[in-house]
Amino acid sequence: MAPKFEIEDLNAWFGTKHVLKNINMKIEENAVTAIIGPSGCGKTTFIRCLNRMHEITPGARASGKVLFNGLDIYGDGVDPVMIRRKIGMVFQKPNPFPMMSIYDNVAAGLKLNGVKNKKIIDAAVRRSLELANLWDEVKNDLNKSGASLSGGQQQRLCIARALAVEPEVLLMDEPCSALDPIATAKIEALIRKLAENYTVVIVTHNMQQAARVSDYTAFLYLGELMEYGPTKQIFENPKHELTEKYITGKFG
Amino acid sequence: MNHYKFRLVKDRVAFLLVHLSLTLALIPLFSVLYEVVQKGISTITIDFFISPTPTVGEKGGGAANAIQGTLITIGLASLIGIPIGLMSGVFLSEYSEHRLSIIVRFFNDVLSGIPSIIIGVFAYALIVRSIGFSVIAAAFALAIIMIPIVTRTTEEALKLVPMSIREAAIALGVPRWKTVVTIVLRSAKKAVVTGMLLSIARIAGESAPVLVTMGYWRWWFAGLDRPAANLALNVFVFAMSPFESWIALAWGSALVLILLVLGINFAVRIFTRERY
Amino acid sequence: MKNSRKPSHFLCKLNTQYFSRLKWQIGGDNLFKIIGALFASSILLLLGLMVYELINGSWLSIQTFGSGFLIGTKWDPAISRVFGALPLILGTIVTSAIALLIGVPISLGISLALSEYMPKKFGFAISFLVELLAAVPSVIYGLWGIFVLIPFLRDHVYSRLQALFGFVPAFSGSIYGGGVLTGGIVLAIMIIPTVSSVMRDLFSAVPNSQREAMIALGATKWETVKTVISYARSGVIGAVILGLGRAVGETMAITMVIGNKFQVWPSSLFDAWYTMSAIIANELLEATYDLYVSALMNVALVLLFVTLVINILSRLIVWRTLKLVRGISKE
Repeated sequence: MAPKFEIEDLNAWFGTKHVLKNINMKIEENAVTAIIGPSGCGKTTFIRCLNRMHEITPGARASGKVLFNGLDIYGDGVDPVMIRRKIGMVFQKPNPFPMMSIYDNVAAGLKLNGVKNKKIIDAAVRRSLELANLWDEVKNDLNKSGASLSGGQQQRLCIARALAVEPEVLLMDEPCSALDPIATAKIEALIRKLAENYTVVIVTHNMQQAARVSDYTAFLYLGELMEYGPTKQIFENPKHELTEKYITGKFG
Repeated sequence: MNHYKFRLVKDRVAFLLVHLSLTLALIPLFSVLYEVVQKGISTITIDFFISPTPTVGEKGGGAANAIQGTLITIGLASLIGIPIGLMSGVFLSEYSEHRLSIIVRFFNDVLSGIPSIIIGVFAYALIVRSIGFSVIAAAFALAIIMIPIVTRTTEEALKLVPMSIREAAIALGVPRWKTVVTIVLRSAKKAVVTGMLLSIARIAGESAPVLVTMGYWRWWFAGLDRPAANLALNVFVFAMSPFESWIALAWGSALVLILLVLGINFAVRIFTRERY
Repeated sequence: MKNSRKPSHFLCKLNTQYFSRLKWQIGGDNLFKIIGALFASSILLLLGLMVYELINGSWLSIQTFGSGFLIGTKWDPAISRVFGALPLILGTIVTSAIALLIGVPISLGISLALSEYMPKKFGFAISFLVELLAAVPSVIYGLWGIFVLIPFLRDHVYSRLQALFGFVPAFSGSIYGGGVLTGGIVLAIMIIPTVSSVMRDLFSAVPNSQREAMIALGATKWETVKTVISYARSGVIGAVILGLGRAVGETMAITMVIGNKFQVWPSSLFDAWYTMSAIIANELLEATYDLYVSALMNVALVLLFVTLVINILSRLIVWRTLKLVRGISKE
């Protein structure tokens, strides 16, 4: 199975602050990879480098190679806009477009990218909402505002919105940190289901969550990749002392 | 203990003075509103809205031509000023750290502090001296007054749109310009429109730049390259006139003007329930 | 088992659409930036053009009178065609100074009432009213000045002032109602909203820890408030200068109440006078020959220069204070 991402010597900065240092790793296709580590270790920056969202922050820059399906997304002439269509993202706090209906939120990516055919959009909205396990809850309220949903529903709406443009990868930046346990469980089940067809990279500060949902786990510490491997191995038999400390909660 | 009492007395006096100054400042507002309504209401008849300025000795007459001229002038000014202000505001907010933004932001504030009479003289030098007193010259001057207001309110409105909303769109693979035009501007629509309305309210009441670019015109609108009548100028010219009936027209024009200007302000405030 | 996803027909279609748009959209973002930059630069262009046009228009007057224009005391368009702006400059300075003397303490009081004394909710409604004061068009203040304020001041205030202080030359002489003091009062009303709203922003930006520190020391409310004022004092000066900028450029209302009398110095506060802005409004339309127009342009140029200096100065001060105050409160 070919890796989806091959990351070579990835470095990232905010101004003069060096937040990611020489990251090298491969991310497998159709699997869930969790990124764990204490806050401030560069987890979020790392996944934002995978779809070139990092650079939209003023003063931020990155160097190195990120091969996506063998193509360097930081290569010359690569349009970040194109990359982001192939690599979707879900954020820490649910961020549906507040002035749009549920339907329009899911359709937004397609419409903004110039798809006008109503049938195609209808089908994509339904398919995405079904994929995101939200269809049954909202099918009668598609014209209601996205902001009227509960937090967990909003996050699934955001997942549906990202899925509607048919990405190959879904990056999730602590998608459950603003949610209650029941909503979290639903999202976790959804992540497992999505892994059948999508490559998922999830940042989490919750180690149990990483253990529950991921196939692979990477442990970042102070901008460096400390350890990376199958989740089972990382949790049961960590090689690095720091990893063990972090996983067992003996940190700091 | 005496010392403490003295401190308390000072505290009391300060409290009174602070509230006294507030009251003092609001008296002119209420007095202006009261007088304008009381003196203007009797002039407001149907005639006022359908007849043009009367000639000397003529009975009745109204301000219909001034209302017409004001609307046309404001309309043209908005056509020039709003796009420039909107685009500049978008640039300032979306490329906030850009060197040009920092310079423009500062000079935009400076421009907003330049007296309107000077802007009128500028339009006079640039336009009146080549094509004569005209609606175009007045609209140009008024547009320059609008630009800094629209620019600033647009910038502030767009900056209030959370970064997360922009990121959501960018992560969907939407180009930046499209994100701004469709998502960001749409989210900030209310506040942006508010800024535009307030700038319109502001220029509706402007008289000094209108005076030096159009002069006084007592007839109906006759083309953009000719002057047009104006409500604010009506107030000025009629107030200084010797005839009772004309002074009444000044109050009538003032009433319409103040209803327009304060109406926009009120509507905007109720509409947004926020301070801009 | 490999669960590879077969692209649907729809996906293929979308992809070709994406790729065919690729080139154009890269251009789109740059184009967007360039267009935005052009519009933004137009503000600088307008400002530059304004300065150029006014210098250009004043050139004849500058050549004819030189710096004598600034100290000349004669304004005679009819016969000798000599123009000097000193009385106008003095008139502008004095009326603006009166406006500040009356307006600044009141503005300070209002801003303190709104930021320190009143509950937020109530303060919101009141500050809206104060802002309405700024929304009333200048010409309406002029109208109100002529028919309401002038009769009131003449009949109830000025005669009493004269009875009390008549031995001082400033309060002697005949009372018309309009004039220097009335002009200053009207200007004061018009600068209050500007000055007080800037001051309120400054005071609101002062961190609460400052107030709490004073309260913990057993300070009275007023003593606490004094600390707040001194904390933001440089910005307060900026706000005052900003108000000055408004007063100096104000035109219609002052034209309508000051009496428009060209003289070097008025005989008293009740006497009529003239300002730079007022003479432009009154005479630009009647200026029948080039030198006359140029002299009025020259007045406008002086006024522009004064307001530019005032504005740049005050913005820098207010801006720096806000940055300073907010910077500290963030830590």
